[in-house]
Amino acid sequence: MNLDDLEDLAVKFRDEGNEPATEIRVCMAASCQSSGAEPVLDALRATCNDHADGTCKVKGVGCMGLCSAGPLVAVAPPAAGLDEAVIYRDVTAADAPDILASTAAGALPVERLRCPSDMPFFARQHKIVLENAGIVDPDSFRGYVMVGGYAGLVQALTEMTPQDVINEVTLSGLRGRGGGGYPTGLKWSTVAKMPPGQKYVICNADEGDPGAFMDRAILESDPHRVLEGMAIAAYAIGASKGYIYVRAEYPLAVERLKTAIRKAKRAGFLGNHICETQFNFDIEIRLGAGAFVCGEETALMASIEGGRGQPRPRPPYPAEYGLWGSPTLINNVETFANVAPIISRGGNWFAGIGTEKSKGTKVFALAGTIVNTGLIEVDMGTTLRDIIFEIGGGIPDGKAFKAVQTGGPSGGCVPDAHLDMPVDYDSLKTLGTMMGSGGMIIMDETSNMVDVARFFMEFCMDESCGKCIPCRAGTQQMHGLLDKIAKAEASRADLALLEELCEVVQATSLCGLGQTAPNPVLSTLRYFRHEYEEKLG
Amino acid sequence: MTIQRTRPDLPSNDKRWKLVNATMRRNGYAGHALIEALHAVQDAFGFLDEDAMAFVADSLDLPLSKVYGVATFYHLFMLKPQGRHACVVCTGTACYIKGAGALIEGIQARFHAAPGETTEDKALSVLTARCVGACGLAPAVVLDGNVIGKLAPTQLCERLEQEIAE
Repeated sequence: MNLDDLEDLAVKFRDEGNEPATEIRVCMAASCQSSGAEPVLDALRATCNDHADGTCKVKGVGCMGLCSAGPLVAVAPPAAGLDEAVIYRDVTAADAPDILASTAAGALPVERLRCPSDMPFFARQHKIVLENAGIVDPDSFRGYVMVGGYAGLVQALTEMTPQDVINEVTLSGLRGRGGGGYPTGLKWSTVAKMPPGQKYVICNADEGDPGAFMDRAILESDPHRVLEGMAIAAYAIGASKGYIYVRAEYPLAVERLKTAIRKAKRAGFLGNHICETQFNFDIEIRLGAGAFVCGEETALMASIEGGRGQPRPRPPYPAEYGLWGSPTLINNVETFANVAPIISRGGNWFAGIGTEKSKGTKVFALAGTIVNTGLIEVDMGTTLRDIIFEIGGGIPDGKAFKAVQTGGPSGGCVPDAHLDMPVDYDSLKTLGTMMGSGGMIIMDETSNMVDVARFFMEFCMDESCGKCIPCRAGTQQMHGLLDKIAKAEASRADLALLEELCEVVQATSLCGLGQTAPNPVLSTLRYFRHEYEEKLG
Repeated sequence: MTIQRTRPDLPSNDKRWKLVNATMRRNGYAGHALIEALHAVQDAFGFLDEDAMAFVADSLDLPLSKVYGVATFYHLFMLKPQGRHACVVCTGTACYIKGAGALIEGIQARFHAAPGETTEDKALSVLTARCVGACGLAPAVVLDGNVIGKLAPTQLCERLEQEIAE
């Protein structure tokens, strides 16, 4: 199969599908489902079937982003983006007849439900990773092919050598989206250079950071995109077996991945002789079991091997000695989701987006006290102020902004004074926090920063795997001190001890969990020291 | 010469063991599929007891200590029977900011069960989770597998009482 054959296939699907003039899309991602999207979908389907004039079709799609206004429904021409769509918010089953009536020729949109699609939340985004989210039916293989899916894989297999693929990814400047920001091309070429033999590709979907749900949304909205990225990576490094390590807390994502893998295999895009070439690649799903530390790559591999998810010292890095001792490539869900467009549109195109050292876009999950809770994708280098006040709509109930927390329990809090900083991997580091996987928790003036630091320390204390002493005992002690400070029972000596402990734990822990556990304390001390001092006796 | 190992008999006639066995067979009784096997036991029985762990250990040819070690390492595995209903309160950052603590206190005051505990009449187990990824619905709880969000403590308790009464 080559690119022309794939295009023919897409055309065939389109003709067979009898595409109507209008699509009614109902968001069926976890958040909208919880707000009652399923009855809405059923009601719309029933009403649509009653009319049955074939001018419109109802389909379930993935995340449209504005989770706080769910269930969301979009009315649009087939395969059109959200900018061309009429978007309805807080839809109930009772609204189905009105929505259907609005699709008739010359009819007007239902104003009482309407969510302006030119509002900054939609207009200011730039979607690459999420370009199909909310447009394709995640359970449909045909739907993905119709929007140009698997073109990256076919192009890589038929027109490029593995080295070409790696060169293109290197050229794009893509960096790991899991938080570390390690250059993806470099990682791939390290694994590719290992002697031939059994190699593995692992997709890290153990999205453990509290307040982050980007990977969940990608997997629930466009699972084929991730499979395609993994297959391209496997071709580039010479692997024949892949694993996706998903949290068991994401049952819907697991279900959709299973369906996607089954359908891709049946269509010949996974398995043996992919697209009639010599390339074989199979993907298996492995479930996590609720351990945050399994997001660390060596712990994740230990868990796939069926053991306790405890990290081991690096080096040797997984690229050299990974799963069952074989060279292994581990990337995050969002990293893999970026691969297919890079291959189709070229590394130069991708490198033209973003800042000097951080290319492309980044998906962020906005949560906490913010008007537009949900999922957004913006160019690297967008300022925090734009993200929070323009796209996010600011703070509800007329309260004042206090801080934004990025990077989960490994990150820190950024105060108002630094909101004009363009967001990329390096700028956030200078602010004492990190990109992390992309969760942004916005806090208003009612949040107490000592409590926030204590919350994260409690998290790290619970999630410490217990293997190394600095993390196991250090997080416990730091939590005790923070608790004492929060209850206003601490002295100046306690605060000094806390700061000293932060340094020790940071410098001597085995893995990322311990090394970064003091970050929330250090960053709140840096910007909100007075809140600590007010509580000292 | 290779010696074919005989697999242990199912612990009882309970049909659920067949489900567990099927999962292990699908993975070729490989030791690395231990977590999959434990998930299968928990899905079938609701928790992992000693018989189940011994059966899994024997089937996969692993020491019982390893099975126990893995079962206790991961938060999701329960070693005690759970109540008829399970209420998982999300304690992720977004839910924390929006008042997950008040939900836990509310449940504790009404049902006298702290996180990790089951009420005396075995009607309700209260659990916590580290972010269920439903931050748009904060504070979120997962009640018997369904995510419900944006509830105040009193509303949640009423909902729980309803569920229990049914």
